[in-house]
Amino acid sequence: MAKSDVSELDTALYHRPESLEDYPFHFCPGCGHGIVFRLIAEVVNELNLKERAVCVASVGCSVNSYHYFNFDGLESAHGRAPAVATAIKRCHPHLIPFTYQGDGDLAAIGTAEIVHACARGENITTIFVNNAIYGMTGGQMAPTTLVGMYSTSTPDGRKPALSGYPIRVCEMLSTLEGPAYVARVSVHNPAAVRKTKQAIKLAFRTQLAGLGISLVEVLSPCPTNWKVEPVKALEWLVEHLLPQYPLGEYKVIEAVAVLRKEAGRA
Amino acid sequence: MSSKTLMAGNIAIAEGAILAGCQAYFGYPITPQNEILEHMSKRMPEEGRVFVQTESELAAINMVYGAAAAGCRVMTSTSSPGFSLEQEGISYMSGAELPGVIVNVMRGGPGLGNIGGAQGDYFQSIKGGGHGDYRVINLAPASVQEMMDLTMLAFELADKYRNPVVVLPDGFLGQAMEPVVMREPVTELPGKPWAITGALGRPKNIINSFEMEPANFRPRVELLLQKFEKIRRNEVRYEGINLDDASLVIVAYGSASRSALTAMRVARQEGLPVGLLRPITLFPFPYEALSNLAQRVDNFLVAELSSGQFIEDVRLAVGLDKRVELVNQYGGVPLSAEEILDAIEKMVKQPVGR
Amino acid sequence: MVVAQRISSAYIIIDAERCKGCCLCISVCPKEIIGLASHINEKGYLPAVVLEEKAHDCTGCTACAMMCPDTAISVYRHNRVPIELVA
Repeated sequence: MAKSDVSELDTALYHRPESLEDYPFHFCPGCGHGIVFRLIAEVVNELNLKERAVCVASVGCSVNSYHYFNFDGLESAHGRAPAVATAIKRCHPHLIPFTYQGDGDLAAIGTAEIVHACARGENITTIFVNNAIYGMTGGQMAPTTLVGMYSTSTPDGRKPALSGYPIRVCEMLSTLEGPAYVARVSVHNPAAVRKTKQAIKLAFRTQLAGLGISLVEVLSPCPTNWKVEPVKALEWLVEHLLPQYPLGEYKVIEAVAVLRKEAGRA
Repeated sequence: MSSKTLMAGNIAIAEGAILAGCQAYFGYPITPQNEILEHMSKRMPEEGRVFVQTESELAAINMVYGAAAAGCRVMTSTSSPGFSLEQEGISYMSGAELPGVIVNVMRGGPGLGNIGGAQGDYFQSIKGGGHGDYRVINLAPASVQEMMDLTMLAFELADKYRNPVVVLPDGFLGQAMEPVVMREPVTELPGKPWAITGALGRPKNIINSFEMEPANFRPRVELLLQKFEKIRRNEVRYEGINLDDASLVIVAYGSASRSALTAMRVARQEGLPVGLLRPITLFPFPYEALSNLAQRVDNFLVAELSSGQFIEDVRLAVGLDKRVELVNQYGGVPLSAEEILDAIEKMVKQPVGR
Repeated sequence: MVVAQRISSAYIIIDAERCKGCCLCISVCPKEIIGLASHINEKGYLPAVVLEEKAHDCTGCTACAMMCPDTAISVYRHNRVPIELVA
């Protein structure tokens, strides 16, 4: 059935959110980025933030992110998105900047920026997509690459003696005072995707309430560089990433818990 | 006679920024410019403006980038090692056409060097220390008054050309105290419809310097190059003293030009026809002024606090057939008027056999 | 004698040109009503399509749309009440 066959009487149960431009995603087939972008657009729509949201892009597979949304956006140098977002929020407190970063951008070159944005409790939101590999540059080891995991720069599997251990970002950042909401979610199945959307929405509402920094880490498949076809990649994620990166809410300050209860009723 | 306030160079920069309507300041401690950060930490909140002490100069320059993208007048201040960390951010600002002021109170280098005043960042600052085809306006104050005035000018030029501007004093000027005439605050700030302010009643704004397809990126670079050409044509500034009858011209900027001024005066008293040309803008460099001078003057003495960086542009301007000598110090050691006077006398006594 | 086929309460539309044939929708559809087309789209992918014979099984659960990394799937509910016409 083509789009034209839809009679106006029918109700749409699901369609592309308005805040997502009719701009093709550049991602590989089965890449989790496409899901996360759609969820952000849904949240921006539902919270009516088109005039206030600002996409602070980073460098990685998501580098084109401001082209996908229909609201303001800008590029940041690799790893520096939290600093750029800090400045935007401080200069225009009514805006709702969010950084969209991968594991290389946030947990490698940008570690200082995210740690200090959290330490300062900046009132921004960070969407951190962890697929345990460098995607854009062709599959090198990331700070979140698992021990023993193949990458183009760990050809015999990551060996701690040579390349150290993967970083658990949520656990690390939740020890700081500044963060108001830190959660790790995943997109490995529809139920997980729905939970990811709830987390992203709560993160944006945390910023709207001015409660401090909110960070959502999303475990996401990278079929091309995991060298696994898309459906198998979701299974690989469940089997290998979930044990290393347990899902859950790592920090929820009291005021955010109240927000969540209200959301539950809304 | 307008009232004057005794002020340190670093404070004059901070107050100049506030007078220019600087809405956001981001900085990291590094001697010899800590007083700018400290002063701003008190004054910016007083003015209801943004202040953040950052985790590094990398964060500072990227916050400058963010505030500039948000349409705010913004500044950071640092010193040589910190300035090195800011090069990538400056390249991004130029590529994304973002206005911002970066103060580099230069100190002895390379490496950790020391906190003495120096001019060893000349190449890095003027020829572009970051990546890609970009240029940055460089203003070189030589007095505490100019620390204020050129900082204010920097904000104006940054907005006029939507490009970062560097104010380039050295540690001596940063710490020196001199009387300053307080300027009038700027009240009219230019509109910035391109800025990130939220897509309210307008299509979305995008600020970036990224284009995967080289054929599409090239036109953007050409726009930048035309901008820099316009800067070369319109924004050259220099000061000339006793040039009309000079047969030997000292060329010096910043605090080196202060020692040169004294040396020139003493030489004049000794009856030696010496002049001084002091570039105020290092980019755009006053090539034309120097090459015009070279039609009449055969001897040039370059005084700099670096190892022969600034002299290259002077040679470029006056031509290889002219006599261009160097008198300099480096590593944070100051250059005295006596050293310059000796060099003048040596040049006058030993005309180059031709 | 006219026997009407049972009309499913919901249906999905897949944008064949936006689809990259990743099969995630196929893997999560509880009624297994989605398969791959036999000819490639403009980008060279075999796009997902609704299998004719299974179309009426769609319940509108939106699992496919949830998983689609390219927002290529829209889900609709029929408002007309399906009528059983029996001779």
